[in-house]
Amino acid sequence: MTHTIDDAPFAVEMRDIVLRFPGVLANDHVNFTLKRGEIHALLGENGAGKSTLMNVLSGLYRPESGVIKIRGKTVQFNSPRNAIAYGIGMVHQHFMLVPTLSVTENILLGLNAPRFFMKLAKYDRKILALQKAFGLKVNPSAKIWQLSVGEQQRVEILKTLYRGAEILILDEPTAVLAPQEIEELMGTMRTLTDQGKSIIFISHKLNEVKTVADRLTVLRKGKATAEGIDPKNLSRGDLAELMVGREVIFQINKEAQQPGEVVLDVNDLSTTNNRGMQAVNSVSFSIHQGEIFGIAGIAGNGQSELVEAITGLRESTGSIRINGVEIGNCPPRRSINCGLAHIPEDRMGVGTAPNLSVTNNVIMKNYAQPPIRKGWRINYPEAQNHAKGLKAAYDIQAPSVETQVRKLSGGNLQKLILAREISGEPQLIVAMQPTRGLDVGAIEVIQKLLLEQRRKGAAILLLSEELDELLELSDRIAVIFDGELVGKMDSKDTDINTIGMMMTGSLRSES
Amino acid sequence: MKSPIKITAERRMEEIPKWLPLATSLGAIVISFTISGIILAFSGSNPIRVFRFFFNAAFGSWGAFSDILVKATPLIIIGVGCCLAFKMKIISIGAEGQFYMGAFFASLVVLVPLVPLDSPKILVLSLMALMGIIGGALYGLIPGLLKAYFNVNEIITTLMLNYVAVYWNNYWIFGKYSDAGFQMTPTFDKVAWLPRLADMAKEIPFFSGITLHLGVVFGLFAAVLIWAILKHSRWGYEIALTGDNPRAAKYAGINIKGNIILVMVVSGALAGLAGMSEVTGVVHRLQERISSNYGFSSVIVAWLAKLNPFAVIPVAVLFGALIVAGREIQPSGLSFLIQGTTLFLVISSDVLLRYKIRITRRKEEIV
Amino acid sequence: MNLEVILRAGLSTGTILLLATIGEIITERAGVMNLGVEGMMLIGAMAAFKVSHVTQNAWLGLAAGILAGGVLSLAHGLVSIHFQADQTVSGLSLTFLGTGLALVLGEGLSSLTVPTIPDVDFPLLSSIPVVGRILFTDFNVLVYVGYFLVPISWYFINKTRPGMHLRAVGENPSAADSLGINVYGTRYLYTFIGGCMAGLAGASISIAISPGWYSSLTTSGQGWIAIALVIFARWNPVPAALGGYLFGMLRRFMLDLQGPTVILGLRNPFFYDLNLVFFLQMMPYLVTVIALLSGSGAAKRKHKGAPSALGIPYIRGERGL
Repeated sequence: MTHTIDDAPFAVEMRDIVLRFPGVLANDHVNFTLKRGEIHALLGENGAGKSTLMNVLSGLYRPESGVIKIRGKTVQFNSPRNAIAYGIGMVHQHFMLVPTLSVTENILLGLNAPRFFMKLAKYDRKILALQKAFGLKVNPSAKIWQLSVGEQQRVEILKTLYRGAEILILDEPTAVLAPQEIEELMGTMRTLTDQGKSIIFISHKLNEVKTVADRLTVLRKGKATAEGIDPKNLSRGDLAELMVGREVIFQINKEAQQPGEVVLDVNDLSTTNNRGMQAVNSVSFSIHQGEIFGIAGIAGNGQSELVEAITGLRESTGSIRINGVEIGNCPPRRSINCGLAHIPEDRMGVGTAPNLSVTNNVIMKNYAQPPIRKGWRINYPEAQNHAKGLKAAYDIQAPSVETQVRKLSGGNLQKLILAREISGEPQLIVAMQPTRGLDVGAIEVIQKLLLEQRRKGAAILLLSEELDELLELSDRIAVIFDGELVGKMDSKDTDINTIGMMMTGSLRSES
Repeated sequence: MKSPIKITAERRMEEIPKWLPLATSLGAIVISFTISGIILAFSGSNPIRVFRFFFNAAFGSWGAFSDILVKATPLIIIGVGCCLAFKMKIISIGAEGQFYMGAFFASLVVLVPLVPLDSPKILVLSLMALMGIIGGALYGLIPGLLKAYFNVNEIITTLMLNYVAVYWNNYWIFGKYSDAGFQMTPTFDKVAWLPRLADMAKEIPFFSGITLHLGVVFGLFAAVLIWAILKHSRWGYEIALTGDNPRAAKYAGINIKGNIILVMVVSGALAGLAGMSEVTGVVHRLQERISSNYGFSSVIVAWLAKLNPFAVIPVAVLFGALIVAGREIQPSGLSFLIQGTTLFLVISSDVLLRYKIRITRRKEEIV
Repeated sequence: MNLEVILRAGLSTGTILLLATIGEIITERAGVMNLGVEGMMLIGAMAAFKVSHVTQNAWLGLAAGILAGGVLSLAHGLVSIHFQADQTVSGLSLTFLGTGLALVLGEGLSSLTVPTIPDVDFPLLSSIPVVGRILFTDFNVLVYVGYFLVPISWYFINKTRPGMHLRAVGENPSAADSLGINVYGTRYLYTFIGGCMAGLAGASISIAISPGWYSSLTTSGQGWIAIALVIFARWNPVPAALGGYLFGMLRRFMLDLQGPTVILGLRNPFFYDLNLVFFLQMMPYLVTVIALLSGSGAAKRKHKGAPSALGIPYIRGERGL
């Protein structure tokens, strides 16, 4: 590494950090160090405290106790601006960009120079120079909405570099990237560290962590279970155990089962997306009773549009049939009546009505059928009983069935949605990212529920970004790339690498 | 030296206490009267005298009380219609225009005439009510279609259409149906008068001069109808769901476009019925001004009543009193001012439903 | 029917709409929807009229009108930004409030004549042949203010740092917040400016362009037309001004239609049937609905439409799932 040796061996030292939120100890005497020029991964489940720790480092939160040292100097941050002044730059998981402004404008947002008149040409050139130094190519005058996700991430990184960041914190940076974009990011990180920057890399993805990290810290329930260790010789199982605290079995108990009749038959399906461009291109597949059909793919390759077409939320050409009944281009009511259950990607925005009660959310799909329906009326006492039953059966934690649903946690919300969708003994379940953002306990519950439905003979269409989960749950797997299904195979005949290659379009399989 | 008491506001996580919405609405009314009093004093009038006059004018006699109920009648009918629309987050302020259209359509029965004037009273009045409903419904259909199919903002379309309806009405009453060139139609034949208590003055002398008419019964029916819809019916459930999260409603298979149109048509129909009631029960003719801004006041009434159709009734009575008293007192814009202030305060006080104010003692500094 | 007369009338009365519309554009670009424009215009008109009468100074009246609109908008700001109430209903309540206040405090003013902002010729520019006569001679001072306001506001929004921050706050307030921009303060500021401009628009009616106080008829719905114009102009000051001028021309045209006995060789129905004038009076309102229709259609195309955060209260730390 071509940089001068510092007095202090560490770029960042955090000792004994304690931070409490109402009801939870987010950081419990955590120690964390970052060496100059290294890539240090921070691993842990959702809710383990890694984002919190980094929010402390970036000045958003003040710890109750503990010491923070930057390059050997003890500091106390009162605000993110303080942290930025010390050379700390954070790239959040959800980008903080203004879509209608250009790259340069976004980078200059909130700064003092230029003061009033925005002579953007001059700053475009400055940004270009910065890009060259670090190998981050993006057009400075392009508007953010025109850029790909990977390019937007580069803008976020440039934002921090422009503000003089020496220490970069990347929060789950690969969650939204395609495999080749992930490769580019890894390359960028190496370039940055070669130039003397130090990087903290927050993730819950074991593979990536093993690939790129020099050192590793693992958090579990607010405590550090491993501090600054070398990940090279650890297995995925070791890492998982550090994260979760018990022996994690990567094998899910799935019985072998003979699939039955065809339930969902999709033929030559094509749709366009919101911008009018082709999103799904001539897709055909079918799913049988008692079978889980998984579709893998990077976000943005047409999965959302495919699911919307099947669930009646988007127009399409081609044919979609449930048990022989055509449901394409019909209102959602038609497919619901044919036995379609849909677990949507967006729990709060689509799957539930936040200010309505648990009861009112539970009857969302069956309010028009007896016994909930009583002629032109709704039998609310009956609805309440129904809700109470589901609440108990699915262990939905809430003060009562009249509680407003926005007060429920993510896991309980998902259990509610599943309870609602599954309790009707559906013929076809479309599950989109059903375990995203949930803790391990909830994930297990959801997976078990899906497997039980499979046992009962439901046909399940599963979309998940967790390839492990997809491989383990699905009987058959397909990969969607650029709106087409580029491979259909039995899950036991394939592995993650093959799928990964298909996801990037490097491989196509006729099946 | 820092104050020993710290006041913070935090998001309310548990259930809202049942008495709180009522308290905020009542508080808003009280404070708005106070503020209006202050403004009155500022503008040179004596507020105490004005309010005393207000109470006398409004509640001084049975006759006055009946006047209040008469003024409250359209507010109730329109107000419950607003409850329906607002529950689905459709902010329709077109009641004024739908009111005029309902009055116009109802008047056509007598003006054309659509049935011979020696028909039985019940036929004439039923037909007029039906026409009133149709007129209002059609006029609500227009902005409903625009919103459902073209996503055009309903606030502005309904407001613009209000003005159009008034001019439409003017065209006919200045022209074809005018009474000898005055800007009104001739007084309707008695067959088209809604029965009122004063009609029974011969049997019950107490009722002489009491203007309360059948329209108030329309109001009560409308309140029960809307309550049944919102609280019990499947449609009411769909409305609540769509208002809370339209994307979830679509996902649940609800026909959102259809519901938008239906809600606009029903609330329009109610406003049209109110127009018919006013024209057959009070003014007995079609004229340039038949509404004391009922359309706008009903919006405030519905909001104050927190979208509860039964609560609309007492609030409408209160506003009816405001209108009656407002006729007598100077300055004439006062009742409008009180209404506006009340609505503003109710909205501001809604914040208390979302946040809890906590007063805690700062810990003493240990020296 | 003289085209020049219609054009001049359009520039004159169109300025009223221009002022209110550009004010609302600024407020909405910051993410705040202010439906109280009608009430703020009315109270601006009344305050300007009254103060002009009391002080016998039209400029003080103008200042009063501006301030009145601004203060009322602060109430809207408080409720929408701090209390996070529904911005639509809050704005509506302020229309009622402002109207009521204006009617009460404006009692007895309608018979008065007060000092007004004068009509002048614009120095130098008025001597340009043709253009000078049409655009720069014998117009109210505020009309000229309107001319300059358009390019200035456009430049401010698109080419300056404060304008960039304004846009950021209206499109993605949490991004702006994360970079140290004061979201609440920015929104308050531009709500206030929008309110001041609404007040200015009102004052421009009562003490400048159509002098007089006619109770609620003074504004007769122009505040609402301004709000519709914002959508039609796609939140851009230049089409907003053109729309305002066109509206003014339409009004004058309607008026002129009633004069001649013959139009284009045909018998003029508006001259012979006086009552048809009501249909003419409907036109501005119907045109607004049509303008909204065309505006809404185009606004559906992404990134050319409303500011993304318009009407959504900003609560720091609200996490989406």
